[in-house]
Amino acid sequence: MLAAARGLLYFGAFHERTAMPETPLITAEGLTVKRGKRVLLDALDFEILPGEALTLIGPNGAGKTTLIRALIGMMPHSGSLIRRKGLRLGYTPQKLPLEQLIPMPVDRFVALSGERNRKKRREMLARCDAAALQDTQMTALSGGETQRVLLARALMRAPDLLILDEPTQGLDQLGEARFYALLAEIRAKSGVAIFMVSHDLHMVMAQSDRVICLNRHICCSGSPQKVAQDPSYQTLFGQRAGLAPYQHQHGEHCDHD
Amino acid sequence: MIDLFLLKAALAGVIIAWVAAPLGCLVVWRRMAYFGDATGHAALLGVALALSLSMPPLIGVMVIAAGMALAVTFFTREGAFSTDTVLGVFAHSALAIGLVAAALLPNVRLNLIETLLGDILTVTNMEIWGIALGGAVILLVLALSWRGLLNATLSPELMAAEGGSLQRDKLIFTLSLALFVALSMKLVGILLITALLILPAAAAAPLSRSPERMVFFTALIGSLSVLGGLWMSWEADTPAGPSIIVVAAGIFALTALRPKP
Repeated sequence: MLAAARGLLYFGAFHERTAMPETPLITAEGLTVKRGKRVLLDALDFEILPGEALTLIGPNGAGKTTLIRALIGMMPHSGSLIRRKGLRLGYTPQKLPLEQLIPMPVDRFVALSGERNRKKRREMLARCDAAALQDTQMTALSGGETQRVLLARALMRAPDLLILDEPTQGLDQLGEARFYALLAEIRAKSGVAIFMVSHDLHMVMAQSDRVICLNRHICCSGSPQKVAQDPSYQTLFGQRAGLAPYQHQHGEHCDHD
Repeated sequence: MIDLFLLKAALAGVIIAWVAAPLGCLVVWRRMAYFGDATGHAALLGVALALSLSMPPLIGVMVIAAGMALAVTFFTREGAFSTDTVLGVFAHSALAIGLVAAALLPNVRLNLIETLLGDILTVTNMEIWGIALGGAVILLVLALSWRGLLNATLSPELMAAEGGSLQRDKLIFTLSLALFVALSMKLVGILLITALLILPAAAAAPLSRSPERMVFFTALIGSLSVLGGLWMSWEADTPAGPSIIVVAAGIFALTALRPKP
């Protein structure tokens, strides 16, 4: 498994950075989101630490997207959600539902992050494996290309924390492996923390420092090994979930049945 | 010999076309055509109310159109109704209430045809100054907040994550649109204001490779439509407002059907 092999590199990058404990980038205490009477997120307590790779998993309707929206400041909530002072956030949405009629070349899109220096934008696109795309229209990009461009834009702001909402959704296995390899590389160089929603348990187990399993409330959290052993995790994802990818809801393929 | 009133109409129309360009592009990119309709149709009520209170119609239109835009924003926020339904309900209710109000309110002598279809050929010097001033305000505000407006158009989530204010963006867009409706009623009337926003922008899209270039082409196509429509009105004695839109529709057909290079 290429993805898993690359994951070792990704994993390795973490240990250098755990040596110095720092204040959390984000601290949530009793984070609750309600819509009408429905409770979407129920009193979440968690932290995102500098430099860590934290993955959010959970079934459909578990509130993963709601949590992301709360983190980026788009969701009214109760309880506390504190960002470290001066925290710089990078974010890549799951999809970019663009109107076909909006002409937007890739380089211009990256420039909209606020970066005026053309050379820096070009370097960042090159780092994200998207140098050849700079004059392509955003609406003409494939799913994988879109994610690389979104990543370049997010990194343009030199973030302390990258929030990625299912970045590999709709990619084939090669594209997925390429994307994770790219993330590992970027993380090794910049030490940026990553908070990622993923459906791909295989990747989660191989590449995350910590996992949060969400189903309205936090079912369990900790190292991938610890979470895989947790009864509530096994109820949600099945007995073999730690070993093989579970059945995806999005028509992605599984590598073995 | 071209008459002075025709020159005045052309001047006012071309100014409006340039102001319409960035707004029209934003309306098209955000798929908000119906929103333009709702704001435009509310203007009739604004005119009727302003006349009954002996105030300048411009102020009535601004207040009601802005109120309408904010009401729509509020009703769609909680997600109880789809945006499409809310806009449909508001746009047509506003038009109907405006028509009823025009008939009921005392002391209101409202020229309905003029309000609905515009009457650019009778534009006065005062009105041209008003259009130029209001237009300059809109263009300045849009230019200063252009990056935010583009980001909010591309992805509200991305904008929020990067620390932008969606509320501010919404306010700028809605109020600019309300002011634009007030300015351009004279040109095409409230029924065709959305057409003035959308047709040139849609015609410019296939020719453009960047958002700013699309705004520029939209302004050119808009100006061409105004001049062509006025010429048509002059030659064939057709109503000026609808003639402008007919020309714009013709240009749209040409660019949409043009063979791909």
